[in-house]
Amino acid sequence: MSDSHHHDDDHHHDHHDHHHGSLTHSLLPSDPALRVKAMETLLTQKGLVDPDALDALIDAYQNRIGPQIGAKIVARSWHDPDFRAELLRDATKVIGDMGFTGLQGEHIVAVENTDEVHNVVVCTLCSCYPWSILGIPPAWYKSEAYRSRVVIDPRGVLSEFGLDIHPDKQVRVWDSTAEIRYLVIPQRSENTEELSVEQLASLVTRDSMVGTGLPKIMGELP
Amino acid sequence: MNSIHDMGGMHGFGPIPLEEDEPVFHHDWEARAMALRMAMGAWGKWNLDAGRHANERLSPQQYLTLSYYERWITSLADLSVEAGLLSMDEIRTGKASGQHDLGRAPINAEGVLGVLRNGRPSSRAVDALPRFQIGDVVRAVNESPEGHTRLPRYARGRRGKVVLHHGGHLFPDTHAHFLGECPQHLYTIEFSSRDLWGSRANERDTVMIDLWDSYLEPA
Repeated sequence: MSDSHHHDDDHHHDHHDHHHGSLTHSLLPSDPALRVKAMETLLTQKGLVDPDALDALIDAYQNRIGPQIGAKIVARSWHDPDFRAELLRDATKVIGDMGFTGLQGEHIVAVENTDEVHNVVVCTLCSCYPWSILGIPPAWYKSEAYRSRVVIDPRGVLSEFGLDIHPDKQVRVWDSTAEIRYLVIPQRSENTEELSVEQLASLVTRDSMVGTGLPKIMGELP
Repeated sequence: MNSIHDMGGMHGFGPIPLEEDEPVFHHDWEARAMALRMAMGAWGKWNLDAGRHANERLSPQQYLTLSYYERWITSLADLSVEAGLLSMDEIRTGKASGQHDLGRAPINAEGVLGVLRNGRPSSRAVDALPRFQIGDVVRAVNESPEGHTRLPRYARGRRGKVVLHHGGHLFPDTHAHFLGECPQHLYTIEFSSRDLWGSRANERDTVMIDLWDSYLEPA
């Protein structure tokens, strides 16, 4: 992850390695890397940030808070009908009892995909996302393309994810304009009756909990 | 404010940029930018809504040129100067004029982990009864406030149906401008995609938007 060999942005991170050894520009950090470094140096010098706090935040989102948390919740909802009913009734309380509410996940509503309805989540105004249970949002979720298009052309967007929704099925797009965070409960993969909750969780993908994907099927179980 | 951040329904941004096995951060500086922004927020000099509004206040040209974390670090500079935590001179030179005089240490590792755990709930008690009930047909007001608002342009003036009531939540339009929490009832309104976008939309499809009481009128 060193920035010293990159000077690109999110959308172009594949084609600069051939610059190694030349003195054109590849040895300099990218412009945003320099600006972030300058801000960090300034804020640290002034005593406004504690470097340990920065490391703790990065470690938390890099290593602990991610979609594996949401997957546990979904797997349990597949396995336990009473839990599912409670989750649909008051996800904030149920997820709080499991210890997974938190920053950008203070208020959670769970919505279930069924044979009749497919749910998909967006934040058109910024990039609101249930951080406490899914972690940092992926780049596509924060992209202008997703934010602008999924409300006006959800079926076209979903087909780019490889998801073709039957015209008779309703698509519900949830635009997260407030502090309510939405968790999609995808439909349970077929032929998984024998699986444990832990095995079920390994089928639940991040995208399936945003509504842009489906859970893995049995053959894909690791 | 009517600016580029309010992009729901726009055309022309191209295909969704999908990536296999995407890392949490693409570069170290993205992670540092995220952490700096969050750690600085802990001084309590601005709130979540003011922070969002700082991103919106970037010019449309700048907003579209900057990547997600570049917006964060750019607006962090604006917020820090406005809050008096940094001077323009310090931003220009990159050198601190001395230590801050806030009389306490910055948030430490234990502190930030506490923030992640506890979050900052936006729910608040509201004395007034909700004006609308589940099932009511409402219309989103057609207003164009110059300040922060969470009523997307694509829903303004459109009719929808109340499907969820979330109780009272602090009101971003005042909170972002340090004019108080002024909590209001918050609802989810279901809009027909046909009503929003016209005949090309599938007649079954809907868009659900979380809207505060004063964004709505009876219809």
